[in-house]
Amino acid sequence: MSVELKDGKKILHNPISREDLKDIHIGDIIYLTGDITTCRDVAHRRVVEEGRPLPVDVRDAAILHAGPIIRPLGDDKFEMVSVGPTTSMRMEKFEYEFTKETGVRVIVGKGGMKENTERACKEFGAIHCVFPAGNAVVAAVEVKEIVEAQWRDLGMPETLWHCHVEEFGPLIVSIDSYGRNYFEEKKVEYNKKKDEQIELISKQVGFIK
Amino acid sequence: MSNEQVRKMTDIMSQFVGFTAKKLPDDVIAKLEELRSREDSPMAKVIYDTMFRNQDLAVKLNRPSCQDTGVLQFWVKCGTKFPLIDDLEALLKEAVIDSTIKTPLRHNSVETFDEYNTGKNVGKGTPTVWWDIVPNSDQCEIYTYMAGGGCTLPGNATVLMPGEGYEGITKFVLDRMTSYGLNACPPLLVGVGVGTSVETAALNSKKALMRPIGSHSDNANAAKMEKLLEDGINAIGLGPQGMGGKYSVMGVNIENTARHPSAIGVAVNVGCWSHRRGHIVFDKDLNFTVDTHTGFEYKEN
Ligand code: SF4
Repeated sequence: MSVELKDGKKILHNPISREDLKDIHIGDIIYLTGDITTCRDVAHRRVVEEGRPLPVDVRDAAILHAGPIIRPLGDDKFEMVSVGPTTSMRMEKFEYEFTKETGVRVIVGKGGMKENTERACKEFGAIHCVFPAGNAVVAAVEVKEIVEAQWRDLGMPETLWHCHVEEFGPLIVSIDSYGRNYFEEKKVEYNKKKDEQIELISKQVGFIK
Repeated sequence: MSNEQVRKMTDIMSQFVGFTAKKLPDDVIAKLEELRSREDSPMAKVIYDTMFRNQDLAVKLNRPSCQDTGVLQFWVKCGTKFPLIDDLEALLKEAVIDSTIKTPLRHNSVETFDEYNTGKNVGKGTPTVWWDIVPNSDQCEIYTYMAGGGCTLPGNATVLMPGEGYEGITKFVLDRMTSYGLNACPPLLVGVGVGTSVETAALNSKKALMRPIGSHSDNANAAKMEKLLEDGINAIGLGPQGMGGKYSVMGVNIENTARHPSAIGVAVNVGCWSHRRGHIVFDKDLNFTVDTHTGFEYKEN
């Protein structure tokens, strides 16, 4: 079983199938137990532009747009000190191809993404989630083990840190497997209210007489 | 000045900067608690719960609460008779280097044009130091600030024509909230600067972020506008992390200076929920007081 309900929490376990994402919608809060690999700018570029295979198998598992602070423990062991999501939008132009190539199911980052990712989520059955930013210590303690580190030539922030996590979250679904986009829908509402407020305030600030 | 005094002030500043990376100012914590108690959607509640758990863990595990510890910025109001005035800028740089290793802080200084990370968290003109010289005083006041990437991004400044008026300022500020503000980790503290040109407005907007949350401009019209903007941005309902809620901001602070009759300089600057600002005041013997944070203790090495 890949979707567990525990104390009111919805927890995904990998391997995650398309079917498992069927009842998950934008705005839902979920958690992840299993595998998540940090993967950001250069790693996306290598997969999509250079056609190199990702050295960590993320099929039916998760990636995290983040550059962590890691403490080496010796003997090729590492500890996660601090990890926070980075702006997902930077990966937007690669995410369709990346999802197609790697078969990733859950993409975690900061802020919204756009059409390419919507298309990928809908076609291949994936979701994009937001981990609330600025909570680097919470995220770090939810990492139970770093199981491997690949593409270390990229330096600490860009290395693929393959982590074992337990109830990693809260993850808020921003794009679901139907291609609905939480932020884009919200923005319409925000902009409408903004225009109303500009009008309202403007009536009261005629200080130049 | 004696090397001993320079070393001591460097040490205090290094420890204070490190402390501010781990614990938020008292006024920010109080405001976040208030906003948390007023949200009732499950999503907003879960996000606030995570934020408070994170701040507790940061103190307990002695780690920076957000991985982005920003570019260090200092606004100093230094008395002309403060004994360490000549050493101040150099010692602040030293303090950042020291704190970067000890806290640890992220390496956030990239030399422009040469485009490489110095690996020390300092570079040409970083940490930023803004000077205000105070005549006939022997004390030194320092505001510290960690300018993270996400919350630096919404910053914007322009010069409006007087015909656009304060209505134009309103639009300039609110437009920025829905385009960039929602990705800058709300609830935000919004600093608005009004002056005669881009740089006077911009500096005013940064100084506005150093004012305590809940403080008001002493100009009645500016204070009225602070309140209008605060209520207006809240009504947009960005909520924590821009994901929706009843509130958007911790406050709006306006700082203003006079302008040319034909120009209105305006700037907006934002602080994120993790608003790491500090305020420390030294007397001539380096006795100090901190009024932003409880719990800071200097440990002499
Ligand atoms: S905007 Fe602030 S809280 Fe968010 S990631 Fe940047 S520094 Fe951290």
